[in-house]
Amino acid sequence: MDLDRRHFLASGALGAAAFAFAPRIAFARAATDRRFVFVIQRGAADGLNIVVPYGDPAYAGLRGALAIDPAQATKLDGMFALHPALAETAKLYQGGQALFVQAVASPYRERSHFDAQNVIETGGIAPYAVKDGWLNRLVAMLPAGGREAVALAPTVPMALRGAAPVTSYAPSALPQATDDLLMRVATLYQADPQLHGLWAQAMEARGIAADGMSAEARQQDAATIGSTAANFLRAPDGPRIAMIETGGWDTHSGQAGRLAAQLRQLDRLIAALRNGLGPLWSDTVVLVATEFGRTAAANGTGGTDHGTASAAMLLGGAVKGGRVIGDWPGLTPAALLDGRDLKPTTDLYALAAGAAAQTFALDPGRAGQALFGSERGVRPMEGLLKA
Amino acid sequence: MSAPSIALNRFGLGARPDEGAPADPKRWLLDQFDRYDPRPAPIAAQPDSAAVAKDYGGGLAAVRRMGKDDEEARRAARQAVVRDGRETYRAAVNARADAALATATPFLERMVHFWANHFAVSADKQIAAPFAGAFEAEAIRPHVMGRFSDMLLAVERHPGMQLFLDQARSAGPNSRLAERAAERNPERKLGLNENLAREILELHTLGARTGYSQADVTEFAKAMTGWSVAVRPPGAMAPAQADDATGGFVFRPAFHEPGARTILGRSYAQPGEEQARAVLLDLAAAPATAKHIATKLARHFVADDPPPALVARLSAAFTKSDGDLPTVYRALIEAPEAWDASAAKFKTPWDWLISAFRAMGRREAGNAQILPLSNQLGQPVWRPGSPAGWDDVAASWAAPDALVRRVELAQRFATTAGDRIDARALAPKLLPGTLAKATAEQIARAESAPTALALLLVSPDFLRRA
Repeated sequence: MDLDRRHFLASGALGAAAFAFAPRIAFARAATDRRFVFVIQRGAADGLNIVVPYGDPAYAGLRGALAIDPAQATKLDGMFALHPALAETAKLYQGGQALFVQAVASPYRERSHFDAQNVIETGGIAPYAVKDGWLNRLVAMLPAGGREAVALAPTVPMALRGAAPVTSYAPSALPQATDDLLMRVATLYQADPQLHGLWAQAMEARGIAADGMSAEARQQDAATIGSTAANFLRAPDGPRIAMIETGGWDTHSGQAGRLAAQLRQLDRLIAALRNGLGPLWSDTVVLVATEFGRTAAANGTGGTDHGTASAAMLLGGAVKGGRVIGDWPGLTPAALLDGRDLKPTTDLYALAAGAAAQTFALDPGRAGQALFGSERGVRPMEGLLKA
Repeated sequence: MSAPSIALNRFGLGARPDEGAPADPKRWLLDQFDRYDPRPAPIAAQPDSAAVAKDYGGGLAAVRRMGKDDEEARRAARQAVVRDGRETYRAAVNARADAALATATPFLERMVHFWANHFAVSADKQIAAPFAGAFEAEAIRPHVMGRFSDMLLAVERHPGMQLFLDQARSAGPNSRLAERAAERNPERKLGLNENLAREILELHTLGARTGYSQADVTEFAKAMTGWSVAVRPPGAMAPAQADDATGGFVFRPAFHEPGARTILGRSYAQPGEEQARAVLLDLAAAPATAKHIATKLARHFVADDPPPALVARLSAAFTKSDGDLPTVYRALIEAPEAWDASAAKFKTPWDWLISAFRAMGRREAGNAQILPLSNQLGQPVWRPGSPAGWDDVAASWAAPDALVRRVELAQRFATTAGDRIDARALAPKLLPGTLAKATAEQIARAESAPTALALLLVSPDFLRRA
């Protein structure tokens, strides 16, 4: 572990600013050439405005002012377009290195972030039922030798917790409060005359607008996270599995600007990862997923509320990309789950298990069982990666 | 209205997740009286003032003896002693936090903090800094369940206070020491220092503008002359004495101003050391002192502008019991004003920090650096800007930037806790019966466990002691 730590320090990519932005990275190392990165979008990312079903006649009406203008977006096919903020990701798609999955969800059907995140990180059916994380179990399935995980975060995320050894590196610098927290604090103080006034003054004094720190600073940080992850994954004896946490996807209000900003950060992060990995990008698979989706219709405050199915991404040189997959359930009132949510048609676990198994050439059945199938059958998706 | 929450948060130091809400809040508070430990383990592990005097005072004396031949060595030696002194201070701050996190008697631990702030010494004064911890441990803690007059005497005799307020070297103008000095050098006037005497009247006992005059201050300062400590203060005129490293109280007869003193219309003809003691005992028994203490206690526990009826009752309890502090505490616990849910004090940074750590289940500070944390929050431990101690009203602490700092620290604490703490389950334990519905909702809606915990720690409910 000392070697890793020296490498980490020597990489020099991690200034204090690197952790002002929400993403945090965790790594696992094993003797294989393939790299697997799990990017979690905490807060329930709005899949309908990321992989936009512009071809669905109900989309524009449901979303109203929030609807993404297909003329501005990157057309993926006759039905879907990619949010305009994802410019680099669109290039990956055009180069056959990006695959999008629509209407995807875990088995969790309630609407609590905490519980849903626990489910998709443990790979269980119910929250807190499984005590270790699927990425940790994936580490254990890799070829022996250097089978250890490293978390570059104050705590190891649930997905990486378990029997496989994990070390974490905690940045010592005091992070600025995240945009998400600042906004939630503002809401929390809304009805408190004393605190409301103080908070408004504080935000004004710090030059922090409603959407927190400057877009430039955030993107800088996102790029740093991506290149730092790449530095780790590039090392010949370094980790092969990394986890990056991103926050700020819970867009109940003012979604248009916030989601665009979030996606620009994600796009920067992915681009920095790709650039940092260089030739190794062709051996890399990045899974981007969120705990659940958002309501099909926009709400009254320019946002969306907690829903069910969302979109996921597989990115990387090893991905058989240039496709949008999944059965599109449609957005008519009858097609929606409970009359409000995009109905899940693809199991997130099948996607993750398939991606992980194919990345590391694991037996699909065994991988599905070990990672997500302890309580029910998961049939890993096939044909996700290039042969 | 939730009496259990008020007991935990207003009277105590905040709830811990592994302890249930008290079923009988008043009983819970009163029961602590029997369990109070004046010397809890973290405090007992710190050096006492004799040890500090030996290491620090002795170290400074050794530096002085080095002579001026080798200026560099002297400076280095001095820096080393000062560094050790700061380390003593830092360790004592951590021990104070440890005691507050682990205590089984949070109400009385809060009283320790109250009295230490009432009788504030400040580590801003370099010579006093290493004694700050020992001061609280020796002059405050043993008397929290005793009489005010005993605490007062212990405080004014302690090296921490004497060095902080320049008493140790105060000499009467007609003392033997002054006469000898005048024979040697008629130009040199030996100094009476009024600092401690003035602050005793203004801050420790009667309170400001309670009718004493400058003449009373000067007379009292003269009565105090000779009260000193066995730590050689810097620039002391007295020759080093054999007991100069014991750190204890000494009476130096050569410093004492001879004769009777008249203070607040009363004559004090006692000889030597006894003179100031008699004055202090009268001050402790004065009605103005009772009112001053009652006001501060009511302000600390109930409201920035304390209800006059409550002040009157606490003051009467103080006077009738001859300054028996548990009697005053009982009056406070029995006061309906103290259980008024609409009154909620805004937590000081220290209160907030300790209650946040307790909320997260911590029983010791561990590697948390309490001193820099308290600095960051604007209330460095034992370093108030003045002998008046830290202010005890919301206006001093509820400021925009201070609020942002709490939010930033809350996020850091919460990030360190990760998803191991479920704020949804924790919130009602910390704030039984008082958790606002809106707060509970915001916590449940947070997008991650750390965000939820951070929100709980900076919620209006948690920022206040209700």
